[in-house]
Amino acid sequence: MYWDIFHLMRNEILIIIAILTVMTVDLFLSKNKKHHVIRLAHLLFAVILIWSLLPGKTGYLFGHSYLTNPLINFFKAIMNIGVMLIMLQAVNWIKRDLIPQGFASEFYILIWASLLGLNYMISSGDFLMFYLGLELSALPIAAAVAFEFFRKRSAEAAIKYIMLAAMSSAIMLFGISLIYATSGSIYFHDIVNTKEMPLLELIGFVMMVSGVAFKISLVPFHFWTADVYEGAPTVISNYLSVISKGAAVFILMILLFIPLRRYEQTWTIMLYVLAVLTMFTGNFFALRQQNMKRFLAYSSVAQAGFILLGVIGGNVRALETVIYFILIYIFSNVAAFGAVHVIAMHSGKENMKDYEGLYRTNPLISLVLMLALFSLAGIPFLAGFFGKFFLYATAAEKGYYWLVFIAVINVTISLYYYLLPVRAAFLRKSENPIPHFKSDIYTRIGLVILVLGILFLGLYSPVYEYIAEISKIF
Amino acid sequence: MIEGISIQLILTFTTLLFFIGLYGFLTRTNLIGMLISLELMLNSEAVNFVAFNQYLYPGKLQGSIFSLFIIALAAAETALALAIILQVFKMTGSTDVKEVKDLKY
Repeated sequence: MYWDIFHLMRNEILIIIAILTVMTVDLFLSKNKKHHVIRLAHLLFAVILIWSLLPGKTGYLFGHSYLTNPLINFFKAIMNIGVMLIMLQAVNWIKRDLIPQGFASEFYILIWASLLGLNYMISSGDFLMFYLGLELSALPIAAAVAFEFFRKRSAEAAIKYIMLAAMSSAIMLFGISLIYATSGSIYFHDIVNTKEMPLLELIGFVMMVSGVAFKISLVPFHFWTADVYEGAPTVISNYLSVISKGAAVFILMILLFIPLRRYEQTWTIMLYVLAVLTMFTGNFFALRQQNMKRFLAYSSVAQAGFILLGVIGGNVRALETVIYFILIYIFSNVAAFGAVHVIAMHSGKENMKDYEGLYRTNPLISLVLMLALFSLAGIPFLAGFFGKFFLYATAAEKGYYWLVFIAVINVTISLYYYLLPVRAAFLRKSENPIPHFKSDIYTRIGLVILVLGILFLGLYSPVYEYIAEISKIF
Repeated sequence: MIEGISIQLILTFTTLLFFIGLYGFLTRTNLIGMLISLELMLNSEAVNFVAFNQYLYPGKLQGSIFSLFIIALAAAETALALAIILQVFKMTGSTDVKEVKDLKY
C-alpha cells in the first residue's frame, strides 16, 4: 500500500530526498572540496530523471488535493529532462564563479526546490496545493536570481522578480478567494459541478488567470521578463524561460479546460486578445535588442503568444499539441540560451555585435546557435517547424483563421530577427572576433543532446503519438 | 460569525484593504513601503477566506486552513524579499526604487 503512494508521488519524494542528500553531504565537505557536490548532484538527478521516465499511473492522494495521471507524469519527465540539460550547462559557471567562494550545493538545492514546487503545482487538485506549488516555485528562484551577489544587476533583477511575483500572486489569491466564495469549495472536482456563473466569480476568474499569465509572461504582465532575464545568471534565465513557463502553461490549460470550462466563451475571447498582443509586442521589442539575453527574453514572450494559439483550441488536441510544442521549445530555447551562456562564459561578451566573425573562430558553437534559432523560428525539418505547424492546425480547426493569419505575419517578423545573430556569426567579418575556446565535457554533452533533439524530435513521430495517446484525460 | 456585522461590510472592508495595498504598491518608491503594501494585500485575502468560511459555509474548514497557509507564506515571502532588499542596499546604498535602474528598455 505504501509502495503505491510512493509510486504516485515518486517525483516529489525523490526530489526531496535529493535535496536533503546534497544538504547533508555539503555539511561534511570542507571548503576546498566543494566540487565533489557537482558529480553527486548530477548522479542523483540522473536517477530521478530515469525513474520519472517510467510510465505513471492514474490516482489521487490527500483527498483529491494531489492528482496524477500518465500525462502529468510525462510532463514531469519533460521538466526533468530540461532541468538536467540546464544543470549540465551550469557546471562551468559553478566551477568558475561559485566554487572559489565556497558555494556549490546551494545552486542545486534552490533549483530543485523550485522544480519541486512546479511538480506540486501541475499535479494539484485544489487551489491550496496550486497556490503553494506556485509560491514554492517562485521563491527559491528569486533567491537564485540574486545568486551572483557580487554583481549589482543580479540583485536588481531579483528585487524586480520577487516584488512583481509577490504582487501577481496576491492578485491571484484575491481571485481564488472570490471563486471560493461563490462555489463553496477550493477543490477542482467540486467546482466542475457548479452550474451558475455569478459575476463575482467572473471577476475572481480574471484575477486568477492574470496571476498565471504573469508566470507565462503574457503581454500586459511581461514587463519583468527582459529585466530579470538580463540580470539573472544565464542558467537561471534559461530555467525561467522554459521550465517555469512550460509548467505554468500546463496548469493554465488544466484550470481552463476542467474546473473553469463553463467560462469557455469568456476565456476564448480573453486568450485571443492576449495572443495577438503577446505576439506583436514580443516580436517588435525583440527587433531592437542588442543584448542577446534580452533578445531571447522577448523572443520567449513571443513564443508564449504562439503557445496560446494552441491553448485556445480547448480540447484534447489542444492539450497534446501544446505539450508537444513545449517539449520542442525546451530543447530549442535551452540550446539557444546554452550557446549564449557558453560564449559569455569564455569571453564575457553578450552583445550581438560581439558575435561577428564567430563562425571563423568557433564553428561548432555558432552551428549550435544557428540550429537553435532556426528551430525557434520554425524553419522546416527542424523540430520547431512541426511544433508550430500543429499549433496552427489546432487554432484553424476551431475556425480562428484570422488568428492564424496574424500568427503567420508574426512568424515572418520573427524570422528577420532570428536571422540577425546568425548573420553576425556567419557572414560578418570582424577585426577582433571572439577567440577560439574549448568548453568542458559537461557542456559538450549537453549541447550534443540538445542538437540531436532539435534535429530528430520533429521527424520521429512516435513521440507525438505517445503524447496524443496519454492526453485523453477528459 | 459576529453579531450585527453583515458579510457585505466585511467584503467592503477587505476589498478596500486590498486596493489600498495595490495603490500603495504602485505609488511607493521605498522598497520597504512596497513590502508593507504587499502585506496589506495578502492580509485582506486571509480575512476574506475566513469571513467566507464563517458566513457562507459554516461547518467546513477549507477557508480557514487556506488563510493559515497564506499567513505562513506571507512571512516566508517577506523574509526573502527583505534579504534581497538588504542586497540592493549593499549595492546602491539606498532602498529607493529609483536607484534600481540599471536594467531597462
